[in-house]
Amino acid sequence: MCLAVPMEIKTINSELNVADVEIGGVKRQVRLDIIDQAPLVGDYVIVHAGFALRRLDREDALETIKLFQEGFGLELN
Amino acid sequence: MNSINPLTGFKDPVLCRNLLDKIHAELGAPLSFMEVCGTHTVAIFQSGLRSLLPRDLTQVSGPGCPVCVTHEGEVAAFLELAKKDNVVIATFGDLMRVPGPRGRNLNIAQAEGARVEVVYSAFDALILAQKHPDSKVVFLGVGFETTAPTVAATIKAAAAQGIENLLLFSMHKLVPPALAALLTDPEVNVDSLILPGHVSTIIGLEPYRFIADQYGVPAVITGFEPLDILQALLLIMTQIKGKQPRVVNQYSRVVAEQGNPRAREIMSEVFEPSDALWRGLGRIPQSGLALQGEYARFDALRLLDVRVEELPPLPGCHCGEVLKGKVRPNECPLFGKACVPANPVGPCMVSTEGSCAAYYKYSL
Ligand code: SF4
Repeated sequence: MCLAVPMEIKTINSELNVADVEIGGVKRQVRLDIIDQAPLVGDYVIVHAGFALRRLDREDALETIKLFQEGFGLELN
Repeated sequence: MNSINPLTGFKDPVLCRNLLDKIHAELGAPLSFMEVCGTHTVAIFQSGLRSLLPRDLTQVSGPGCPVCVTHEGEVAAFLELAKKDNVVIATFGDLMRVPGPRGRNLNIAQAEGARVEVVYSAFDALILAQKHPDSKVVFLGVGFETTAPTVAATIKAAAAQGIENLLLFSMHKLVPPALAALLTDPEVNVDSLILPGHVSTIIGLEPYRFIADQYGVPAVITGFEPLDILQALLLIMTQIKGKQPRVVNQYSRVVAEQGNPRAREIMSEVFEPSDALWRGLGRIPQSGLALQGEYARFDALRLLDVRVEELPPLPGCHCGEVLKGKVRPNECPLFGKACVPANPVGPCMVSTEGSCAAYYKYSL
């Protein structure tokens, strides 16, 4: 029940404070009551129990993977 | 190089191999790590990491499954609520089969005529309350800091919309006080902690600082992909080697240093910290959440006159010790015999995130 997964924002309805999200063909509607940065269409958000919790920082994710690929990211920085 | 995908990149088998090799090469003395999130438990098994890690790097599962830590007395109380006239229980599916006194559970209650609806979100319970204006819809609120804000936002919406027939039984629990209780327990012996990524999404780094400062235990906030977990283990090993225990955030693509202040604000508008009963860990001060102020009118226990009693553990079940990492699931005499996922004796075998269920599914 703790499961929280990243899903992509497809449409936003700010009047109802909800967004349609999708990942791998699975579609859901999520509430935007508790997310702290207003997400945009195309953003990934972490979805838990019908609510978007937080935006996934795509640049940060890419940066980390790049570091791994270059053989870094293995030490404490 | 092909363009990197921010999601699948963290599963890359070649990169995982590199990190695993490094862990094997650099692990000196034996080291134990406790993960305090059921999703991590499942991720470590499901990805096959458990069997790939060095033997001397031992995984200990902690009290990270909200369904499992729900106290015997709380289970008895919600079964009591289900018996009340004109009540509809709205619950996450995981609670349906959690056994209470004399093996009773919500499934049995439902078969006997109780009205029980499985919902995916607390907000579905609000919609249910709108649909049944003449009934009291009681939402069973379980979960840590990840789930509590979603429930708080729902109660706030109910108040704003004048929906007064939605009630809440708050069994929510807070992770840092439980970690403090574990680290103080002389029988619990872990060298390092893997901290729950999505709880941290809400609370940020600050509430964990005491782990390194007071107990000298390295702790890493971690995501749920194989690369996340491997990097976290390396970060722990580096800290141990350098004798510099810290709280480190490996999951920075989702967890900000300050967490999610908006979610915390909604949570503290609706709830106040209260003492709570945990299965296995007992009563921990200020480790739960109670409805406060004007929101106290949504309190199901108060309105329906049900109390949480300190009931003893289920006979034969070692779930409480499993949750403290003192006993491995397969050391429980009932494991795989009288207790299997299809016929669970305790909640650790019911929930998919429970340690007993994970052991049963992946290591037999
Ligand atoms: S195997 Fe079953 S009885 Fe034993 S501790 Fe786990 S849940 Fe309890």
